[in-house]
Amino acid sequence: MKELIFERSVAGRRGYRLPPCDVTPRPVAELIPEEHLRQHAPHLPEVSELDVVRHYTRLSQLNFSVDTHCYPLGSCTMKYNPKLNDRIASWSRFAQMHPLHPASCSQGLLRLLDELEQLLCEITGMAAFTLQPAAGAQGELTGLKIIRAYHRAKRRARTTILIPDSAHGTNPASAALSGFRVVELKSNAQGLIDVGELRRHLSHDVAALMLTNPNTLGLFERDILAITALCHEHGALVYLDGANMHALLGLVKPGEMGVDLLQLNLHKTFSTPHGGGGPGAGPVGVAKALEEFLPTPRLRTRGTRYVWEERGKRSIGRVHAFYGNVGVLVRAYVYIRTLGKAGLERVSRAAIINANYLMAKLAGTFPAAFPGPCLHEFVATLKSLKAHGVTAWDAAKRLLDYGFYAPTVYFPLTVEEAFMIEPTETESKETLDAFAAALQQIAEEAKSDPEMVRQAPHRLPVHRVDDVKAAREPNLRWDVRGHKQFAKF
Amino acid sequence: MRVPSELRYTKTHEWILPDENEAMVGITVHAQEELRDVVYVELPAVGKSVKQGEPAAVVESVKAAFDIYAPISGTVVKVNSALASSPQLVNKDCYGEGWFFAIKPSEPQELNALMTSDQYTELTASETH
Repeated sequence: MKELIFERSVAGRRGYRLPPCDVTPRPVAELIPEEHLRQHAPHLPEVSELDVVRHYTRLSQLNFSVDTHCYPLGSCTMKYNPKLNDRIASWSRFAQMHPLHPASCSQGLLRLLDELEQLLCEITGMAAFTLQPAAGAQGELTGLKIIRAYHRAKRRARTTILIPDSAHGTNPASAALSGFRVVELKSNAQGLIDVGELRRHLSHDVAALMLTNPNTLGLFERDILAITALCHEHGALVYLDGANMHALLGLVKPGEMGVDLLQLNLHKTFSTPHGGGGPGAGPVGVAKALEEFLPTPRLRTRGTRYVWEERGKRSIGRVHAFYGNVGVLVRAYVYIRTLGKAGLERVSRAAIINANYLMAKLAGTFPAAFPGPCLHEFVATLKSLKAHGVTAWDAAKRLLDYGFYAPTVYFPLTVEEAFMIEPTETESKETLDAFAAALQQIAEEAKSDPEMVRQAPHRLPVHRVDDVKAAREPNLRWDVRGHKQFAKF
Repeated sequence: MRVPSELRYTKTHEWILPDENEAMVGITVHAQEELRDVVYVELPAVGKSVKQGEPAAVVESVKAAFDIYAPISGTVVKVNSALASSPQLVNKDCYGEGWFFAIKPSEPQELNALMTSDQYTELTASETH
């Protein structure tokens, strides 16, 4: 690692100097009360413009990203984001819109948002959508508030949410945060929901079942129709975490599975930027019976005009300023319209084929934890490495040396030494072959030179980080003391 | 692997030292090995009532966060506050200084259903194959 921007500082060096002031300056103490004035100048690095450009350009080049590397991070759908999405979203007629523009001046954008809601309804089989939630987990929270509002309106106090152990990791957290009691359902030997176990846990206290389908193991819940029917018999709703919608586009609609509400992660399935602050978008779709509980404002049409409906008697209220992360919604709209119905179906089919190809290719080295076929992702177990004192964690670090971002490790918790692999539809066969070859190579290295694997990565600017020390004694602040450039402080 | 015979064990790898006033609870050598380096422990509040098999604490390692289940029902009467600043005690001495909390049992007969050290040793042997 080269030095920090602070360490490049040279006293007196400037990137830019303001021109002489053409009005008579007044002392700052006359303008700002003394108690708000700092006593010392801030410890800012003194660098030239070129220093700044080189420093941050170099840092950006150290990043792993989908634009530079294959990123098979299971459960996250880190697929390529077509540049066309960005190009259209940056058109001034979108980019220069302000959320306080009156609806009468933003009819084009509102039409786009309305059409996006309709498209998401069509894709999922839901009756209505809100585009407000800014992320998957916020979508879950919104969904849980709708579930509570629904039961309240029926004058039922239900406090339990059932969550299979194969569900998406955020589900129990969202349910607990919403004040529900979380009860975990154990999966059966095939890694699927055990209908008998579900039946045993259903009662008049169960507000909803929260499930992910395909589940976190990349397996389709084959009993889904029986599962949703059973929940409805007991007056419980079925919430689908749409994080794995990537496997279902054009193939099956959650609404037809009996799902009552769901969130979509546009930054996964619909190719909007993901990670690094995104920002994300987690629209929530509901069946007809839940529509009245959706957050306000709702986008409505009056004649040929789009208007905001601010009030809803039974609405859970606003969950985001204005109408969500609109720039991201524009990108998702472009993606859906570019591909069309047939194209979206091809996306899911290719994602499923890619995952199954890798699963088969790796079967002799790191077999899948549960028998396939899988959908868009699978979970391999690396427990065979344990005999050489090498862990999935070490293999993940070594994979970075081969130029691949590491898959999700140690999740789901039901699989020992788990590697959750999601190649996505945008990777070529050549890349998948290279990824499999790298993992096979690592399996060999674990036998011949386990210590080298345990020390990996070797080819990156930062080598093995002491995760334990970082977690136990986090030090998040760069200290100015001891640096000669800042001796005067 | 050390599995003290005076303790009782759960399938979820907690141990409990039977006592009618303060039954101490922790996690086994096997559990802390699987977790690897523990970096944070969230303990229940003293006075909280817990039910057998329900989450009572959370332990976080560099791998993931896991629930620790109450081996029996009762009231939490003591917690090991040393774990707040020294979570590594769970790895160093899981049957001693790395204990989590103590329960005053409300249904002492629940202890009878827990595993003995022999049964637990058998369980972990079968899980690793």
